[in-house]
Amino acid sequence: MTIRQSLSRWLILGVLLITSVYFLAPVWWLLVSSTKTNADLFSGNGFWFARFALFDNVHQVFAQQGGIYWQWLANSALYAVGGATVSTLIAALAGYTLAKYRFRGRELTFNSILAAVLVPQPLLAVPLYLMFSQIHLVNTYWAVLLPSMVSPFGVYLARIYAGSSVPDEIIEAGRIDGAGEFRIFATIALRVMSPALVTIFLFQFVAIWTNYLLPVLMLANDHLQPVTVGIVGWQAQRGIGPSAVPFNIVITAAAISAIPLVVLFLSLQRFWRSGLTAGSTK
Amino acid sequence: MTTALRERAAGRSKATGAARPGRRRRGRPVALFLAPFLVPFAALYLAPIGYTVYQSLFRMHRSGLGLTAPTQVFAGLSNYATALGDADFRGSLLRVLLIGLVQVPLMLLFALGLALLLDAKTTLFKRFFRLAFFLPYALPGVVGAIMWSYLVAPGLSPISAAARHLGLHLDLTSNAMLAPTIGNMLTWGWTGYNMLIIYSALQAIPAELSEAATMDGCSAFGIAWRIKVPLVRPALVLTTVFSIIGTAQLYNEPAILHNVAPNLPSTYTPIYAAYDAVNANNFNAAAAESVILALLAFVLSFGFLKLVQRKGAAL
Repeated sequence: MTIRQSLSRWLILGVLLITSVYFLAPVWWLLVSSTKTNADLFSGNGFWFARFALFDNVHQVFAQQGGIYWQWLANSALYAVGGATVSTLIAALAGYTLAKYRFRGRELTFNSILAAVLVPQPLLAVPLYLMFSQIHLVNTYWAVLLPSMVSPFGVYLARIYAGSSVPDEIIEAGRIDGAGEFRIFATIALRVMSPALVTIFLFQFVAIWTNYLLPVLMLANDHLQPVTVGIVGWQAQRGIGPSAVPFNIVITAAAISAIPLVVLFLSLQRFWRSGLTAGSTK
Repeated sequence: MTTALRERAAGRSKATGAARPGRRRRGRPVALFLAPFLVPFAALYLAPIGYTVYQSLFRMHRSGLGLTAPTQVFAGLSNYATALGDADFRGSLLRVLLIGLVQVPLMLLFALGLALLLDAKTTLFKRFFRLAFFLPYALPGVVGAIMWSYLVAPGLSPISAAARHLGLHLDLTSNAMLAPTIGNMLTWGWTGYNMLIIYSALQAIPAELSEAATMDGCSAFGIAWRIKVPLVRPALVLTTVFSIIGTAQLYNEPAILHNVAPNLPSTYTPIYAAYDAVNANNFNAAAAESVILALLAFVLSFGFLKLVQRKGAAL
């Protein structure tokens, strides 16, 4: 019995170790490659270090094309923070209202929002581009910010959380004390819902930071682009021609742009796990 | 058709919220509180869907400059006929369908297996493995796609280099290898995410169930197959639906892979093809292609839901 148990323990460990090599090796390759010179990328072992040129690469990334990489990072931050903040607040208000008020059409409203979660985002990008180009919003910050402010999934999470965590008694107590409905939401409900708010903010932040099709459609101006679009633009030059961006710079730029999200995921594990669970139990 | 329903649904509920302020004291804030979400939702979700359907029924008249409505002429379903008659577009639909049919079940089986292993009592270093498997999802999709494009690029690929040492010629960007390469990129990026959803569901199963089954002489494998898998069905259904929708919107991976594999056509996937049509200023064709793809994604994901529902009723 114990022999069989320890055998299965080692077998499972072996399988999981091999699997984690599959998931980690590419990331390891990215990290190692960001320390290499352009020439060393094409020779030797891809998974091991050569001449250590990380600092030089980072310097080159931020110097390339007049230091536009700073601008791209700032743009990504603006889109992600701005879009996620607004979408979280209006989703919280909508979710709270759908959970705590009874009115005709409530289920219908909620179901149509839920159905929108299933609409593939890229399918909206093309028509949004057509609409925005008619009202001359294309090639402005708003072209990316506005669509980022709507999160049906956020409303879904907010409704579930408000339904289970904001007691009706607190709302009634607020009313007896003479507080207005909005004041009750802003001072009491929002505070109780804060773990859900962090989750919604996090998911929306990630969705905006990683979005590619929408900004690549909307923004032709280099200086408005988020970091994802910028790096792919560099990569598209394929290292050919005198003004082309060398591979080592594209690779280092890609590695740097991943840091904010990885840090966010590692530091806020509690919240994204609760967000995923909310999806799986329903 | 669902679009119209959805639009009407949202419109009606908003109207009732606003139309009955006096019935209850709290009737008023409902409309006010929902408006900040519902107005942009209608403008940025429902309107684009309606607008796409509308655009898909028109075509540009050649004599106009193409920015204003009068230059458009009603085209009926001819854009659809053109899209479906286009061998490239049909090929892109078929390709995505095939990638999905192979990749989605493989990835979900992989994710389910990993989740079951992580859930097993004897497993060591669970926290480390959970994070290792999830890491690809924490990288922006574009970064993952760029990374993989270099990992398979001729001249740069360490995988091809290793194959060369073994005396093999391996080009992962050749036409025959494009679909497996993209399938691998998707599997690498999303297995951990799906695993975590299934794992969370597994953790919600009461321990007594497995203990009772062990006492009855059920093996660990038997417990996994007969007890745990049926109980995490909702999580499996959810991950399948999300994966189907994800496959329908395949764009980043082929578009970025194109940078190292110029042989990859710009009509490789339907979204890629629609974007290509936008670039060629053929908005009406892009709209028709988008609607076809949306309908296909809808039929497949809801068809799957119906299928498992019927099965569930029979059980």
